[in-house]
Amino acid sequence: MNRINQFIKSFGWPRIIIALFLISLFIAGPFFGVSTDMSLNDVFVRFGMNAILVLSMVPMIQSGCGLNFGIPVGLVAGLIGAVMSLEFKLTGPAGILAAFLIAIIAATIFGYFYGKLLNRVKGDEMIIATYVGFSFIFFMNMMWIVLPFKNPSSVQGFKGTGLRVTISVQEYWYHIISDFLKIKFTEHFTFPTGMFIFFALMSFIVWAFFRTKIGAAITAVGSNPEYARAAGIDVDKMRVISVIFSTILAAIGIIVYQQSFGFIQMFNAPLSFVFPSVAAVLLGGASVNKASIANVIIGTILFQGILTMTPSVINSAISIDVSEVIRIIVSNGMIVYALTRKAR
Amino acid sequence: MKLKSDSLKRFLIDSAVPILFIVISVIAIPLSKFTGLYLVREIVTRLTRDTFLVLSLLLPVMAGMGINFGMVLGAMAGQIGLIFVTDWGIRDVLGLVIAMIISTPIAILLGYFSGGVLNRAKGREMITSMMLGLFISGIYQFFLLYLCGSIIPIKNPKLLLSRGYGIRNAINLDTAGAFDKLLRVKIGGVPVSFGTILIIVAICIFTSWFRKTKLGQDMRAVGQDMGVADSAGIKVEKTRIQSIIISTVLACYGQIIYLQNIGTINTYNGADQAALFAAAALLVGGATVSRATIANAIVGTGLFHLMFIVMPMAGKNLTGSAMLGEYFRMFVSYGVVTIALVLHAWKRQKDKEMDRAQFRVDVKTSK
Repeated sequence: MNRINQFIKSFGWPRIIIALFLISLFIAGPFFGVSTDMSLNDVFVRFGMNAILVLSMVPMIQSGCGLNFGIPVGLVAGLIGAVMSLEFKLTGPAGILAAFLIAIIAATIFGYFYGKLLNRVKGDEMIIATYVGFSFIFFMNMMWIVLPFKNPSSVQGFKGTGLRVTISVQEYWYHIISDFLKIKFTEHFTFPTGMFIFFALMSFIVWAFFRTKIGAAITAVGSNPEYARAAGIDVDKMRVISVIFSTILAAIGIIVYQQSFGFIQMFNAPLSFVFPSVAAVLLGGASVNKASIANVIIGTILFQGILTMTPSVINSAISIDVSEVIRIIVSNGMIVYALTRKAR
Repeated sequence: MKLKSDSLKRFLIDSAVPILFIVISVIAIPLSKFTGLYLVREIVTRLTRDTFLVLSLLLPVMAGMGINFGMVLGAMAGQIGLIFVTDWGIRDVLGLVIAMIISTPIAILLGYFSGGVLNRAKGREMITSMMLGLFISGIYQFFLLYLCGSIIPIKNPKLLLSRGYGIRNAINLDTAGAFDKLLRVKIGGVPVSFGTILIIVAICIFTSWFRKTKLGQDMRAVGQDMGVADSAGIKVEKTRIQSIIISTVLACYGQIIYLQNIGTINTYNGADQAALFAAAALLVGGATVSRATIANAIVGTGLFHLMFIVMPMAGKNLTGSAMLGEYFRMFVSYGVVTIALVLHAWKRQKDKEMDRAQFRVDVKTSK
């Protein structure tokens, strides 16, 4: 009994409630004519699409910069990589590699300045990151209109200038990672092996990074900045490195998302990734100053599970679409809950 | 002479943001090709429309809790009140007063909850209040979309979605312009609604009176230093909750005044933007996260909306793209909040470093 109590305490009530809710949805699904293989397919695909975005939270949380509400900075870098790759008309693996490369360069530059800014505002990182992210999106919206993009599939058809709101990657690098070694189980259930291999690779890089000397220093900065300073660690530099790392991961994450989704969503689209990504890592058991890869995996499965299962099951059960409202309450409620926990 | 140039410098630094905005507006006004009369009319309308909402942010700033992005809770309470009044078919000023009476207890309850949550998140009130606004917005949507018309009776079919329950996205108010029509006087072709202005003046007097009361002084003390306030016998947490409750209730009235001027409720997306624009307006007026006055609020509202009116047109005339001006407007709204927050946090960090350096000097001299 004691052990169960301890487990509940360490796992946290919100997580248990949501996990039970998700399991009950999966059990109830077949009774309302929702096919299990299709639901599983959706959960796995969405996991692959979003997991790297959630993973991008980890370095900044570890270095004590808090939850990365400024994820749009990375997402925009990813968008730059994607549209530039289209601009060069690169297709297939070469296209997505070029997108990654350009996105990483852009993310490094943005991340550097973003990190420098966050160093100036220690203690207020989260609210400022939120607003930096939002302002950056609107700044880049102007750039998307002004910059001289040429590829006819990315610019607005009738004017010939300014990017479209959604750009199809069908003819360029659609499903390059998703379809790599895919396994077809049933008609509706195809396991996107490639995305899982790619996520595993990214997780391994993050895991390995935190075992290097720099990685260990970052964790030290996050858990006790005064102690880290006394030990001769350059606190500000470590924080900037973690921010750059987070930004790069976010940039890669959005490209993985796009190749699976089939479209590059420009303009205001990055806005809709901010709170779900933050909520997912918290749902997985992370706190404002501590996160692990296990948190990312659990969180993404739970969050995406709820997102896929509530519309299909609850709509068929009571024919009312409450999924959007449930999503808002769960994701934002989770963030409020995490923010009110005592730090350390 | 030295002192004079110093104080001038201080004034310039303090009002850097408003000056920047005046410069932007001065450049943009000729480009927008609006006439002076049109601009004056628009500014007067928007000042009467928005000032109350901006004023609701003052007290939490004084209590050291930063910008209360949770004012959207109050805005939502106000919208609920207006929806019920519209359903009951109560018109004009009476309708608005009843809407206020209905929404006050909701706002007090939400404010109490919000204050309690923020007490658990000391040091990160702003981000928490923002997330709280988004969270309560989910519950608000649940209430209006699924409970209204099914459990909570709504008689007026015009308010309901075609499926039979749930409130429509946009509602026309019977009470539109009720406050504005009171004592409306035309001055040189500009209609000025003295009814609404009187309400705003009343709240300004209330705010400056409140600052002098015991509770107001307590709030200021809490805002300066929670530890000192606590040892002086002030109930810190209670005072903080009270400041949030007052702010939420004022925001609720502010939203009602705002909506009676607009005439329609954007049921599901209306409240979310209220906090952003109010915060931006306050900060444009030269307020900081730790110091905000009534003058900041009024000047800021005027300047912010001047930019808001001229920017899209100026952008369109300059580049031929209407969207560009629109994006620039949003960029500036978010950007000004960002800059104000960054400057404040930076200054605080610098002060801390200065304290530390001072401490070192003190230790050395005492040896």
